[in-house]
Amino acid sequence: MALEYTDKVIEHFRNPRNVGVIENPDGIGKVTSPICGDIMELYIKVKDNIIVDAKFQTFGCAAAVASSSILTEIIIGKPVKEALKITNKRIVKALGGLPKEKLHCSVLAEDGVKSAIEDYLRKAKRR
Amino acid sequence: MNEKFIYLDHNATTPADLRVIEAMRPYFNELYGNPLSLYKFASKSREAVELAREKVAKLLNAEPNEIIFTSGGTEANNVAIKGVAHANLTAVRQVKKRGNHIITSKIEHPAVLKPCKWLESQGFKVTYISVDKYGVIDLDELRDAITDKTILISIMHANNEVGTIEPIEEISRLAKEHNVYFHTDAVQTVGKTSTNVDELGVDLLSLSGHKFYGPKGVGALYIRRGTKLVPFVHGGGHERNLRAGTHNVPGIVGLGKACEIAELEREEAKKLKRLRDKLYQGIMDKIPEVIFPGHPENRLAGTLSICVKYVEGESMLINLDFEGIAVSSGSACASGSLEPSHVLLAMGIPREVAHSSLRFSLGRDNTDEDIDKVLTVFPNIVKKLRKISPFGKHR
Ligand SMILES: Cc1ncc(COP(=O)(O)O)c(C=O)c1O
Ligand code: FES
Repeated sequence: MALEYTDKVIEHFRNPRNVGVIENPDGIGKVTSPICGDIMELYIKVKDNIIVDAKFQTFGCAAAVASSSILTEIIIGKPVKEALKITNKRIVKALGGLPKEKLHCSVLAEDGVKSAIEDYLRKAKRR
Repeated sequence: MNEKFIYLDHNATTPADLRVIEAMRPYFNELYGNPLSLYKFASKSREAVELAREKVAKLLNAEPNEIIFTSGGTEANNVAIKGVAHANLTAVRQVKKRGNHIITSKIEHPAVLKPCKWLESQGFKVTYISVDKYGVIDLDELRDAITDKTILISIMHANNEVGTIEPIEEISRLAKEHNVYFHTDAVQTVGKTSTNVDELGVDLLSLSGHKFYGPKGVGALYIRRGTKLVPFVHGGGHERNLRAGTHNVPGIVGLGKACEIAELEREEAKKLKRLRDKLYQGIMDKIPEVIFPGHPENRLAGTLSICVKYVEGESMLINLDFEGIAVSSGSACASGSLEPSHVLLAMGIPREVAHSSLRFSLGRDNTDEDIDKVLTVFPNIVKKLRKISPFGKHR
C-alpha cells in the first residue's frame, strides 16, 4: 500500500496535538470504528458552553491519529452546539483529503466528538 | 535525510540479482526470437528456455519435463488447483480419483484461498484446516477431513506472514495413503530452504521468481509425471498445452539464473537466521509486551513477525518509513483490507493484537548495521505511539 497521505496528515500524525487525558473532564467519548475496530477516546473540558480544552488517545492508523489531532484543534474554542455539528467531511477537508479507504478513520473522530458532547450534555442535565 | 535505505520486506519481493539481470539482457533485443519459430535464430531462445527449465528442475530435484513456466506464483497456484479440479470434471482419463472435495488451510495466501473460494462457487466443496498457535497445520483435523471424494490437498510450504514451515512430508504421506493429489505453494521457500520434490513428496509445487532475487512476473509449476491437469489458459500449444502464451524469455532465463544462484548461496540462511535472531533478541530486551507469532524453530530464516501490543501496525510502519526502513504490516498483498490478518486470527491471536502486527523479512543485502539501526529507532517509535494509545494509559 502506497502511503498516499497529504503533508497535512503526515504532519499531524508525526506531531499530534493535544494527546493525553484530562483529569475530571466534563465529557468523555469512547468510540470504536465499526469498520476496522480501531478506538478513540476524547476528553473535553467545557466552560460557559464553550469547549476550552480537549485531549485524545487513539489506537488506529495514521489517518485516525491525524483526524483525532486536527479534530481537537477544530473544537477547542468552539461552542458545544457548533462542535456537535462537525462532520467527518469537515475533518477530511481540514486534512487536505484522505484516501478513499481511509474515510472511515475520520468518521471515528466525528463519532468521538459526538459521543464526548453527548456525555457532557447528559452530565450537565444531572447537575 | 536518511543515510541508507534499509529494506526489510523480502517476503514481499526481492531485488533482482545483478547476475540475473546480466543473464536476461541479451534476450530483449539480441536473441529476441520466438522460441516456437522454426529458423535457427529462434532456436537460441528455445535453448535458453530449455536451459532455464533444467536449472529450475535441478533446484527441485525434478525432471525438466515436469516444469512449466507461468507468470508467477499466483498463476502457478491457479493452474494447479483449477487444473486438478477441472480434470476431474472432464473426460480426462487416469485422474487419480473422482470427487468434488478439496482440502486446504486457513492460512494460505490469497493466491490459493481465492481459487478455492471460486471453485466453491462452481460446486466444489472445500475444507479449510485449522492451525495451532504457531501456525502449524492440525494433522489430525486434516486426516479426518479426507473422504473418498477428496481429490486435492493444497497446503503451503512456509507461510509468508509468520514464516512457519508446515509438515509437508507428513501431509504427503496422508495424501498418498488416500490416493489424493498434493499441491504445495512453495513461493516462500524455493531458493531459501531445501525444496526437493521427492523428499517433500508433492505432486505439484508452485514457485515465483521475484521472491528469491529473480525477476517479477515469472514463476513455475512443478507437475509430477502422470499428474492430470486441464489448462485454463487456452491458446497456442506452449508449455505442453497447459499454459498458452508466448514465453517470457528474458523472465524465464532470469528465473533459471536465480535458481542456479540459490544453489550457490545455500549458506545464506545461516546469516539471515543470525541477523533475525539478533533483531528478535533486541526487540525482546528493549520493548515490553511484544509477542512473536510463528514457530520458534520451524520457521523461515529471515522472517520475524511481531505484535506490539497497544500500537496499531500501520502507524509503526509509517514511522519506520520516515526513518528509511521498509517493513510490512501483516501481508503486503492483503493490505488496503481492513480486516486484521487472517493468518494471525487463525493462530488464535485476538483481533486487537493482530491489528498490532509488523513483519520484518530479511534478505541477502542486510547487515548488522541495519539491525542496529532498527534497534535504535524502533523502541522510540513504539514508546511515542504507546503514548497516543488509549490502551497504553498504565505506562
Ligand atoms: C505464499 C505466497 N504465494 C503466492 C504468492 C504470489 O506470488 P506472485 O507474486 O508471483 O504471483 C506470494 C507472494 O505474494 C506468496 O507469498
Ligand atoms: S484503519 Fe482503523 S482507524 Fe484507520
